[in-house]
This record gives sequence, structure tokens and C-alpha cells, in this order.
Amino acid sequence: MIRLSVNNKAYQVDADPNTPLLWAIREQIGLTGTKYGCGIAQCGACTVHVDGVATRSCVMPVSAVAGKKITTIEGLASGNTLHKVQKAWIEHDVPQCGYCQSGMIMAAAALLKQKAKPTDADIDAAITNICRCGTFQQVREAIHAAAKA
Amino acid sequence: MRGTPRITRRQFVIGGAAVGGGLAVGLSIPFASAPADAAVTPAEITAWVVIKPDDTVVIRIARSEMGQGTLTGLAQLVAEELDCDWAKVTTEYPTPGQSVARKRAWGSFSTGGSRGIRESNEYVRKGGATAREMLVTAAANQWKVPASECVASASVITHTPSKRKTTYGKVAAAAAQLEPPKDVKLKDPKDWKIAGKPLKRLDTANKVNGKQIYGADLKLPGMLNATIKECPVFGGKVKSFDAAKVAGMKGVRRVMQVGDSAVAVVAETWWQAKSALDALPIEWDPGENVEVSSASIAEMLTKGLSAEQAFIGNQNGDVKAALAGAAKKVEAVYAYPFQNHAPMEPMNATARYTPEKCEVWVPTQDGESSFAAVLRASGLPPDKCEVYKINLGGGFGRRGAFQDYVVQAVRIAKEMPGTPVKLLWTREEDMRQGRFHPITQCKLVGAFDSNNELTGLHMRISGQSILTSVRPEALDNGKDPATFQGLNPKGEFTFGYDVPNLLIDHAMRNTHVPPGFWRGVNINQNAIYVECFMDELAEAAGQDALEFRRKLMGKSPKHLAVLNAVAEKAGWGKPAPQGIHRGLAQMMAFNSYVAACAEISVTDGTKVKVHRIICATDPGYAVNPAQIERQIAGSFVYGLSALFEQECTVKDGRIEQENFNTYDCMRIAQMPKVESIVMPSGGFWGGVGEPTICVAAPAVLNAFYRATGKRIRSVPLKNHGITLI
Repeated sequence: MIRLSVNNKAYQVDADPNTPLLWAIREQIGLTGTKYGCGIAQCGACTVHVDGVATRSCVMPVSAVAGKKITTIEGLASGNTLHKVQKAWIEHDVPQCGYCQSGMIMAAAALLKQKAKPTDADIDAAITNICRCGTFQQVREAIHAAAKA
Repeated sequence: MRGTPRITRRQFVIGGAAVGGGLAVGLSIPFASAPADAAVTPAEITAWVVIKPDDTVVIRIARSEMGQGTLTGLAQLVAEELDCDWAKVTTEYPTPGQSVARKRAWGSFSTGGSRGIRESNEYVRKGGATAREMLVTAAANQWKVPASECVASASVITHTPSKRKTTYGKVAAAAAQLEPPKDVKLKDPKDWKIAGKPLKRLDTANKVNGKQIYGADLKLPGMLNATIKECPVFGGKVKSFDAAKVAGMKGVRRVMQVGDSAVAVVAETWWQAKSALDALPIEWDPGENVEVSSASIAEMLTKGLSAEQAFIGNQNGDVKAALAGAAKKVEAVYAYPFQNHAPMEPMNATARYTPEKCEVWVPTQDGESSFAAVLRASGLPPDKCEVYKINLGGGFGRRGAFQDYVVQAVRIAKEMPGTPVKLLWTREEDMRQGRFHPITQCKLVGAFDSNNELTGLHMRISGQSILTSVRPEALDNGKDPATFQGLNPKGEFTFGYDVPNLLIDHAMRNTHVPPGFWRGVNINQNAIYVECFMDELAEAAGQDALEFRRKLMGKSPKHLAVLNAVAEKAGWGKPAPQGIHRGLAQMMAFNSYVAACAEISVTDGTKVKVHRIICATDPGYAVNPAQIERQIAGSFVYGLSALFEQECTVKDGRIEQENFNTYDCMRIAQMPKVESIVMPSGGFWGGVGEPTICVAAPAVLNAFYRATGKRIRSVPLKNHGITLI
């Protein structure tokens, strides 16, 4: 049993210690907003926050994050109030298929926590997620809008 | 007939919303009936429109939403004719089984070829207009006034003389009993209030909070998880596997052969299934294709460039004579590789089989194609099969004609009757088992007379035919018409240049690597071949690339209009800012006219920054201009990723690339500013999702030549040491 704190809730997870955090979140805890895209930390669809830092959960063994504070897309809003990044995403009509967007939003939220007013260069450096639909133009607009919110 | 109560066929219509909504969270039992109480039962007015007593409008969408915005666009078209309150609109997917049971009430489910909106616009609009008339008639009947004295707007019906009002929800049940009018008049698009507007998508809210359920996320009670490996050499088979080695691993329930070419592990969780499959020793019988390599395929294609036999796609005059009598000839050979669709969500399907019923939940671009696969794989008749469409994490052509993963899921489920099994591929399986962008080469020869006028053009394509592999019944005496997309004398893919002596032909050279419809299909390579060579010809003639094209486009005013639009906005002919180089391209595809002007800079001869691409499209009608702009920008991300980074190479008969580390995609840092000119000229319906994809690459390549003097004639550019920064 591994103790996990996800979205401020404590879980006891019955999984092999090497199970990637992604699959513990999706299959043991049952939160499917965090996506599987590549399994090798290339695409970023699995991005969550570990102690506030954007982390690719598909290569993070669940045993390595025991006791740390994990936030998934489902825990980004405060109750019924969406996070400013989520609001900006709706305002700018960002998602297309949407599959990569949980990871994209989590990466953007972590960036804004680190740097309240990111430049385009900051965005380029921090947001390395793949989006096959190609929402990048709206992603950039929405991050800047969220920074102003 | 109007106003005559009729025997209702509506009782058949299950509570569609309950089914669709239930499925979305994977909880309700499919086909659970809606409550029978008429006061709360949604009323189906037409196949496309269901109205609830609380005025909620449920618009049925037969085509699939995979990111391209079709769901919102189709809903706009129905809502426009329905004159309903847009704020009250929701959507649902009818199922293929329901459609079959109702004699295909919803027409085609196929969502490919940029046809979702353009092919169905008329009948979905009629579905909306018919419903509006029935609702108005129902209100008029209740008031005992002529329907002609009543008007509808934003879900409210008003009797103009008396100013009485009612709402769609209040008269929906009565309207549902009416005989639909035979003929309804559609609005003139210039009067549109909902369609044609840059409305926001209907499906965004759940995509920002993790609640949107994709096929990969589906959960059903008692469900097990599976993953699969198919012989990596196409056409090969399973020789043996040692199930005992992994049978004792935690959670593993079954290790099984699937068909003659694949092995699957079924476990309690997907990670357990994947871990066991990784550990499972499998021996393959690779078959006769194990010797095939990228080099052997290239050699075969190169021979096709000079082969005697070829299928003719477009011909006029006498190109042989023109070439023989040329004062000057220009010749070039281009090449385009295999590429994988790589949608973000790997292939998956969930199946539950019993001898009485086979049900499949699948993210699909074509519910009916999935349904056919379920019939085939289950061996059950249509009334014992059903498919539930789940949201797609991208499609791009991989999830339409090909339902290989559905067949696999049903075969697995058949071995475990009653247990739902979700089959989810690994990214590696997705990369190895693609239905790849076809591989081709192209030799172009242009002839000039002594006045530097272009007198002839021969374009010889050598390479794969998609239809021969996927839809052989669509061949025309062996010829694959789809090969000539963008090169045809007429139709949806018309060649825009008037060349006195022209021959465009195809030496078909098929490979064992299965081809597929990849966003844009054959225009990706054809646009590079034609548009880069146009620049080569212009240079040989000593003429400006735009002026040279204009002279050949006198008979193609719509092609020319989009090209002129991008040239004007870019300031073509005026000096570009220091270090910036421009390139042009145009094409007609999927019945739309598209053009682009790229602005790039190049550092050290190899590092390319694409600063801006101006794109124009004339799709006839623009149902949602904001979504069209997103499709343009998105298509450039897909197209530029392909241009710079993407190639699937073949070694020992198998695809070498297995994940995004060797098959890279563009990131936000590489994204150019995309400026769109949406210029619908009316009178025809063109596609949106695909056409623009093809103009980014040749526009960038033409700009690269201007920047460096180096003409790149094969994709991807990484093979030339060129990177996108």
C-alpha cells in the first residue's frame, strides 16, 4: 500500500511501487482527466503538479511521490470556481479534440505560479506539450489572458 | 397533410438524451428507456431535433467530433433553420444501430474527407426547418389560427395579430404528432443569424476540467483491460508465445492470441496488462516482407518514374511533342515519405460480447464503419450489435475506414463472454500499426519555348495507391482517382494551371506497408510537387513566382482569388523586412480554394524560423469563421510537423519509429503566427479541416529556397539537417 495525497484527499493505493503515477491516478484512484499519450515523458498529456511543480506522471514511479501533494486537472479549480487558466481556456475557446488539454492546462498553471507575467519566451520554454490538433495560437493567447486576470 | 394527427413512430425513439448522457459517464445501462411520462419525455420533432418540455433543444449529430468543430457547426446549421435559442442547445450522437433500425434516418456517419458539414448541410438544415414548421403548426393548432400568422424566433412562437406567445417546449409534444411537411424552404445564407457566426464551441467546458470522457477513459462495471501486440512486420503472423511466463503476474487474467497475427493480455488494470505483455516472449513468423526496407521501396518507386505504363489523371495537348521541341527544359524529382497519424489518444475500443448482444464503445470517425466491423467480428446480426460513439482524442483519418482495433476488441471480448474488455494500444503499437500516409516520388519536367513561355508539363507520380489497399471497389479500371487530388481537370480537386500541353500520370507502386487517409490525403505531397516546381519553373523563366502563376491561372479565377488575397496581405512584390523571405503556394482541395504565403528566416543555412503564414480559404460558405481559423492554424501545425520532422522508415519489413522521441511533433515555441483570410464566395460547399494543410509546406520550402538558394525536394527536412526553431 502506498499513501498518496491527490487533490487534498488521502488515498491508499494498492499498486506495484514501480507503477507510474499516471496509472495509479487513472486506475486506482479513478481520475481519468490525466491522459496517457506516450509513456516516455515526451508529450505532456499526463502532466500533474507534484508539490506545485509540473510533472510528467507517466514516468514517475508512484512510490517516489508518496506523501507529496499531487494535484490533477480535477483538483485545479477551487470548489466551483475554475482556475484562471481554465477560465481563460473557455474564454479563448482553446481546446479542439481536448485530449492534450488537461496536461497543457496543468503546465500553464504551473508556469503562472512560477512567473505571474510570462513572456512569449517563457511560454516557449515552459510549454513543451504536444498538441496534434494544433491549438498553440489559442494556448498562448489564453496564458497571457490568464496572467492578466 | 399538415395539422393532421398521425400515428406516432416516436415511441420507438428511446430517451436519446438518457442514452447519450449515460454513456458519457459510462454509468447508465445502454438502451435504458426514458421515463414514459409525456410531461417529461423529450419529444422528437424530426430525426435531428428533440425538444424537452423545459425548452432544451437536443440536436442530433451523426458525424463525429474529433476536435475539428463539426459538432458545433452542424448544430449551428440545424439551430439556424429551427430558429431556436442557441443558449438552450445541446447535442447527442444517435447510434449506428438506431440508424440502421430506422433505415439510416441520419444518413452517413462518416467523418472524413472534410465532408462532415459540406455533405450533410442540406439535409440537417431541412431537419431543422421541418421541425420549426411543425412547432409553429402545433402552436397555431392550439390557438386555432392559421400557421401563416405565426412566427418563430429564439424558441418562442408568436401569433403576430394577437401577440400571444408560447415556447417550443410547450408545443413540442403536439408537434411531434404532426406529419412533417414535404417541402421546406431553407434560408438564404445571407440571412443567417446563428450559422455563419464565430460562435464558441459547444464542447469546451468538460475539456478544461478533466470530465470529458474519451474512449481510453471509459469505465464499465466489471470491466477488464487489455493491450495488444500485432506482428510488427505487416502480413506476418504469430509463431508462438509463452503465456506461462506471465500468467502468474499480478492482475493478469488472460493471455490470448487474437486472429493469426496478434497477442493480447487481459488484466485487471491496463498497466498490469501492459507490463505482462512487455514481459511476454513472442516469436513472430514475419513472412515474405521481412526483407523490405526504405531503400528497397525507394528503388521500386524510382523505377516507376520512368515506367512505360501509368494511369492518366489529367491530360491535354501533346506533352511529348512539347518536351521534344522545347527550347529549354526543367526537370526535378521530389519525394514524400510514410507518416503516422499519431493522434494524441492511442487506438482503443471497449467491447462486451454475449451470444445475444455485442456492444462496442469506440472513438470513431465513422460509427457505421465501426458497426460493420462489429458485425464482422462478432458474427451476430445487426439487431444484436450496437456501437456507442465516444469522444475522440484526435482522428486525422486513422479512425475512419480502419476499424482494426474494433475487430481486435470484439475478438478478445468474445473469448470472455459477458465481461466488458477495454483494449487500449500503447503509443508504440499505434506507431507500428499505423495506416500510413502513402509514400510517393514525383518527377516533373517543364518545357519552355524560346520566348520563355511554358509550353508543356509532365508530372509523373510513382508510388502507393490508398484506394487499392482500402477501397478497391472505388478504382477506375485499376486507376486510383484519389492519387490525383489537386491535379484533376475538374471537380473538387481541380488543377489551377492552364498549361498548353499537360500530362499528369501515376505509375502505381504499392508496398506491404498499409496506406491510409491521413489529414489532407494526397494533397500533402501533390501540393509540394506542383507548387515547389512552379517556383522552379518561374525561376527558369526569369519571372516572379506570383506573376508566373497568374499567367497560367486565367481560367481558374477562384484559385487566383485566394492566391491574390495572401499576396496582397503579405505585401508580395514589396521588400520584406530584413532577413525575412517569402514563399507562396495555392491549391484546390475538398472543394475549397486555399493559398498561403509563408515568411521565414534562416540561420546558419539550417535553422528555420517560420515567423508568419498568411492563409486564405474560400470554402463557399463559412459556417463558423472562428473555428475555420482554428482549423487553418491547426492544419499548419500538423503539416509543418510533417514537413520538418516526420518520417516512418522501414527496416526488416517493419516501421522503425515507435514513439514521439523519434517521430517528433511541433511545439508551441515553433508555432508561427497564422493570419487567416476566410473569404467564402458562396454557391458551393467546400471542406475546412483538410484543404489548408497542404499549402504550408510548399510555401515554406519556396521561402527556404529564396533564403538559401537551396531547393529541398524531399520530406522531412530533418534528413537535410534542417530544423524548425
